[in-house]
Amino acid sequence: MKILLPYILSGVSVGGQYALIAIGYTMVYGILRLINFAHGDVFMVAGLVMVYLAASTPLYIAIPATILITVALGFTIERVAYKPLRTAPRMSVMISAIGVSYLIQNLTLYITGGLNKNYPEIPWISDKITIFGTTTTRVTLITPFLTVALCLILVWIINHTKIGMAMRAVSKDFETSQLMGIRINSVISATFVIGSFLAAVGSVLFFTNYPGIVPTSGSMPGLKAFVAAVFGGIGSIPGAVIGAFIIGICESLIKGLDTILVTQGVMASPFGFATFSDAFTFVLLIVILVFKPTGLFGEKQTDKV
Amino acid sequence: MKTKKNLTSLILPVAFLILVFLLDQLIKPTDSMSMLLTVLQKGSVYALAAVSMNLLNGFTGLFSLGHAGFMLIGAYTYAIFTIPSQARDSVYQYFDALIRVSFPEVLSGALGGFGYVLGIALAVILAGAIAAVFAWLIGLPVLKLKSDYLAIATLGFAEIVRAIFQWQKLGPVTNGSNLLKSFERTSTFRITLGNGTVISFATFVPVLIAVICISLIVRLVNSTYGRAFKAVRDDEIAAEAMGINLARTKQLSFCTSCFFAGVAGAMMAMVLSIAQASNFKVAMTYEILLMVVLGGIGSISGSIIGAMLFISASEWWLRGLDSGSFLGINAPGIFRNGFRLVVFSLIIMVVVLFFRKGIMGDRELPEVIQGWRQKRQSRKRRAE
Repeated sequence: MKILLPYILSGVSVGGQYALIAIGYTMVYGILRLINFAHGDVFMVAGLVMVYLAASTPLYIAIPATILITVALGFTIERVAYKPLRTAPRMSVMISAIGVSYLIQNLTLYITGGLNKNYPEIPWISDKITIFGTTTTRVTLITPFLTVALCLILVWIINHTKIGMAMRAVSKDFETSQLMGIRINSVISATFVIGSFLAAVGSVLFFTNYPGIVPTSGSMPGLKAFVAAVFGGIGSIPGAVIGAFIIGICESLIKGLDTILVTQGVMASPFGFATFSDAFTFVLLIVILVFKPTGLFGEKQTDKV
Repeated sequence: MKTKKNLTSLILPVAFLILVFLLDQLIKPTDSMSMLLTVLQKGSVYALAAVSMNLLNGFTGLFSLGHAGFMLIGAYTYAIFTIPSQARDSVYQYFDALIRVSFPEVLSGALGGFGYVLGIALAVILAGAIAAVFAWLIGLPVLKLKSDYLAIATLGFAEIVRAIFQWQKLGPVTNGSNLLKSFERTSTFRITLGNGTVISFATFVPVLIAVICISLIVRLVNSTYGRAFKAVRDDEIAAEAMGINLARTKQLSFCTSCFFAGVAGAMMAMVLSIAQASNFKVAMTYEILLMVVLGGIGSISGSIIGAMLFISASEWWLRGLDSGSFLGINAPGIFRNGFRLVVFSLIIMVVVLFFRKGIMGDRELPEVIQGWRQKRQSRKRRAE
């Protein structure tokens, strides 16, 4: 157990960060039926904005400003790239999302010059602490609690406020809710605002654990978060969070599997499991799509002729 | 009428190939026009990749994002089977190479120059075939999925392939995470004549392969199979009701598309002279998709034009945006590394948002030209 603990701890932490991104995917998919490929890049931009702001302003300004800028970015992307395509086929919107992702990556590549940007050290949450004999950073412990808290607030918003009710209505039936007088554009914008806000919070937690950011830093966490959303049942927020925690823990364990098995004497030499830590997520995706395409908590949809 | 059409459709590619062959001899690598050769080489790779993706996305309506993975399989297969034996040990520095066959070497030993060509052809076909076998295997479970789920599942598959090929345990075959090099590539496609003149086939070979493969795809699209693909794209349920075997048609389209993606991967290895798994990322699939969109989803000539424009713009015409001056404007502060790609992605976003049909829509080049002709004729008649 003692040897597993550090991996489980970091897995829970990474899982929490994926969960914050996954909520953005699952909400957008629930409402627009769109895989927002640019979401992972929004997450990366949040990290870069933080790098630039923290260099010139104190943290108590930099963090809220980062969140604000990220929210503005998410809002703008929806208005510019997805809103004009509302009546277009779904594939066009997805291609537009891929185009936005390509643009953001190239733009950040141009601005940063492709260099690795060091993430600022945030005092207190990057501090080292010891728990059950395992040394880790404080952010590892904070992440799961913060994630669950934010998730609960979000579920409350969706179930008990007017905008939440509108979101549920739009995700059930896009056209009918429009006829019922719901302003779908503002509902969709609200979805993107919430998604980007959580992605910004997630990016602050995620990148403190990593030495730096490059323009492609967002794509892998983004894809994994999307897999988490599919795994939990797309459109379901608790599903996305649980899916993200499962993926985070599995990924972390696979990364450490060589070390664990070798030190336990099961294997003589490392097998190279770590190569598959990313691929595992996608194996899980294909397996879940084949056996239970609706995910853990998803609703079944039937096609009508 | 029909024979005349067949004749022109034969003469045009042959004339184009002769032109490419002549360009290969006339343009020296030091010329400023040598960019044209690079564009033709890379362009033909991407044109084939884009057309094969269009076969799937545009003609069968299966939205797949796994192209980079299949190209990777193709590139590695081709590279592994064409490494000459004396170079093998230096390529597989850290491993004991398992596959010790080089098709061009073995066959040229038996048949001479013709054997060399045959060996290259065999390696290219094998590259496609192995990609198609993988496609068949992955197609069994995932082709049942609907639109965007299929997209994400194939994207995931490409990532899995990339991880497998970089796995150290497979080092004896794939060289682990190290790159493969020194195999037969465009710079070795040359004949030195008795008097020392060198005839180069560096551009001719990739263009030839692309022309052959694309004409095969055109034939397929115009056949009964092609009509079945389009029926599946337009309405799956109606197609099934008309007696089309959905699973088989989708599988056929997927495997064919991936076969040609594998061939494109082999060409990519040839042109770049290296094969490395870390190059075949999701971004490559996205780029190919954007070429298809640029040219028009559902138009083969559109995909070729899209790929050629994409490559010429990013490799050649917009180069100045990266190096300080463009169209006579000098602004090293703005026109620095990476600006080209920013401008380029903005152009693509404009196409995606405002010209959703791309350059060609779903029409083909001959139709468009015929349309122009008819318009001009009717205008002439009216003037008379």
